[in-house]
Amino acid sequence: MRIAIRGGRLIDPAHGRDGRHDLYIAEGRVVGIDAPPGGFVPERSIDASGRIVCPGFIDLCARLREPGAEHKATIACETHAAARNGITTLVVPADTDPVIDETAVVELIRRRAEAAGFAHVLTLGALTRGLKGEHLAEMAALKEAGCVGVGNALAPVASTLVLRRALEYAASHGLTVFLTPLDPWLGATGCAHDGQIAARLGLAGIPVAAETAALGRDLALIEETGVRAHIGRLSSARACAMVARAQAEGLPVTADVSAHHLHLCEQDIGRFDANAHVLPPLRTLRDREALRAAVASGTLLAVCSDHQPHEADAKLDPFGLTEPGISGLDTLLGLTLKLVDEGVLPLAEAIARITRGPAGVLGIDAGQLGIGAVADVCVFDPERHRALTARTLASRGHNTPFLGWELRGEVTHTLLAGRVVYAHEGA
Amino acid sequence: MNPASIQLDAQGRLKHFLTIEGLKRQHLIDILDTAESLTGVAERRVKKLPTLRGKTVANLFFESSTRTRTTFELAAKRLSADVLTVNIATSSTSKGETLLDTVRNIEAMQCDMFVVRHAASGAAEFIARHVRPHIAVLNAGDGRHAHPTQAMLDMLTIRRHKGPAFQDLRVAIVGDILHSRVARSDIHALNVLGCANVRVVAPRTLLPPEVGTLGVQVFHDLDQGLRDVDVVIMLRLQRERMSGALLPSAQEYYQQYGLTEERLAVARPDAIVMHPGPINRGVEMASAVVDGPRSVILEQVTNGIAVRMAVMSITLGNQSSPAEDA
Repeated sequence: MRIAIRGGRLIDPAHGRDGRHDLYIAEGRVVGIDAPPGGFVPERSIDASGRIVCPGFIDLCARLREPGAEHKATIACETHAAARNGITTLVVPADTDPVIDETAVVELIRRRAEAAGFAHVLTLGALTRGLKGEHLAEMAALKEAGCVGVGNALAPVASTLVLRRALEYAASHGLTVFLTPLDPWLGATGCAHDGQIAARLGLAGIPVAAETAALGRDLALIEETGVRAHIGRLSSARACAMVARAQAEGLPVTADVSAHHLHLCEQDIGRFDANAHVLPPLRTLRDREALRAAVASGTLLAVCSDHQPHEADAKLDPFGLTEPGISGLDTLLGLTLKLVDEGVLPLAEAIARITRGPAGVLGIDAGQLGIGAVADVCVFDPERHRALTARTLASRGHNTPFLGWELRGEVTHTLLAGRVVYAHEGA
Repeated sequence: MNPASIQLDAQGRLKHFLTIEGLKRQHLIDILDTAESLTGVAERRVKKLPTLRGKTVANLFFESSTRTRTTFELAAKRLSADVLTVNIATSSTSKGETLLDTVRNIEAMQCDMFVVRHAASGAAEFIARHVRPHIAVLNAGDGRHAHPTQAMLDMLTIRRHKGPAFQDLRVAIVGDILHSRVARSDIHALNVLGCANVRVVAPRTLLPPEVGTLGVQVFHDLDQGLRDVDVVIMLRLQRERMSGALLPSAQEYYQQYGLTEERLAVARPDAIVMHPGPINRGVEMASAVVDGPRSVILEQVTNGIAVRMAVMSITLGNQSSPAEDA
């Protein structure tokens, strides 16, 4: 289908574009900017005046709950929610059930995602078999099957020897390793930051050292093996400083943070609000400020949703007994724009953190809208506000501490490879 | 969010009793005064008041307990309530029933009050948020978070011995503060009543992070912590703390933090010694102290009944009954 998107403000950080540009799309790709190619007759015209046109968002960590936890969500419903929120590429960590440690699971996810047709779904293969941290997963086969990297999700590899070998093996196959640092002992029983809120509420704590001790080990092994690594979901000021230092020393390391860690801190647990129960935990205001500064400086190259939808029952228990995780697809854009409003970074940079930044981490040709690029596009109205209520959430998971908030930015159109997969009614 | 908000009604009266945190001094004074007026009941020949006649109190114990459960039971009976005690630790939840389902089932039995003990912090508050509005919820201990009736019986015991001027007292809480709901509730209660000299005495492994923010002074040395105190509250040390690398051995703990007559010598001569029970003799305290002249441990148990009667009559008195609403 030939589509013309006219009159909008095109923000394409990869090409340094930020201004009024028309976009012309045919056969799934960008074929013209400002001027259509000769003989181009659009079948559909989108009036984007007053709106922002940018690459579709790339989310480095989203659990779609399929296979294994379809009572929480499915690939079809969550990719639909992604389209509703301008997200065109989702990366699924390996902790599905069964684990993504064999190619059949990669195939299954790909088939389901293609059948739904709302978003590109990329998979991370397991680093160790069953995520148990004992035997290497068949990483070469997983790569062959389409995995964009390998990782052990939230399951720590306890043995430093196994981790070192896994990183060496991944490096031999040119795979990027995705790590979320969490010391298996320091982080074992906790459910909240080991600070004054945990002390007051009597919750078992997770100290900052649970992150930094594991990160220190990871960085030492990354340096020694030379593997390309991505550190996901940092939560503390100290970890940001460690990653910044490693990058300054030239280590091949990128990192991201979840959008909610940029807006919440331990106080948001309030009186045992299970929707604020998340791993890694929400830490202090000082940590939150450091995470914001690291996003602004580019130490944290990407902001992700860390989407973890749950059924209502998973959060209906005393705080420590609830399942951790926040449903994040519906707030990724709004929370990113809120950073702009709060002066953390300029709009184009903020857009880069959810487009070009994560594309670079994945090494994929997405997150940009140059001539010839795959036309994954998001059009949103930056002035329209969206109230977050159980009714307005697109994800099946309603477990978010942002219920009741009003966030700026309403997606009006999402295009996936040149196909309109979402259009706001009346838009 | 104000921690008191869910336990108070629109007029600021107690409708649940979940935590001391956020309550006003007058709430605590009312409980103490009511308890004081009820202590006479036990000395009567007929130890019963009609206050809760026709009401049903359900004791929901998701964690085992002897002292707290029996004193709550006795308190309810002395107020003429019908009492249902469910030991859920060995009941439905082991069959996979959720906490909320268990609560809904007991609720369907037309109870007026839930007394809840649970191993998870925040459990009583969670239940209070989900029960029907006419049911009062009393927290009989939730994880490491709070044990407010224990704190009130401790305050009653202190007031009976030291008088109402809490601001003049020095109080030391010794032992496993980290895992102790009693310590947290005692600290809040003492602070609300005006006591500005609350000390916690323990090694770092048994203290919560940033414990100073709770309103206490921190001591790692028992002799310094006990110097000139009027009240010593000893905490129970669970045996399993030895296996978790929190302490090297029971012997070393006793040597460093065990309360003996000799070590008590640095406290005020009229200092009282308290313990929420059950006591590990020879682990946190010497038998000579437990049974000695300064121990008020058994008085605490007696006062526990009066305090629980007081809290039950205050909260149920403030609950609108569904029949009256109709």
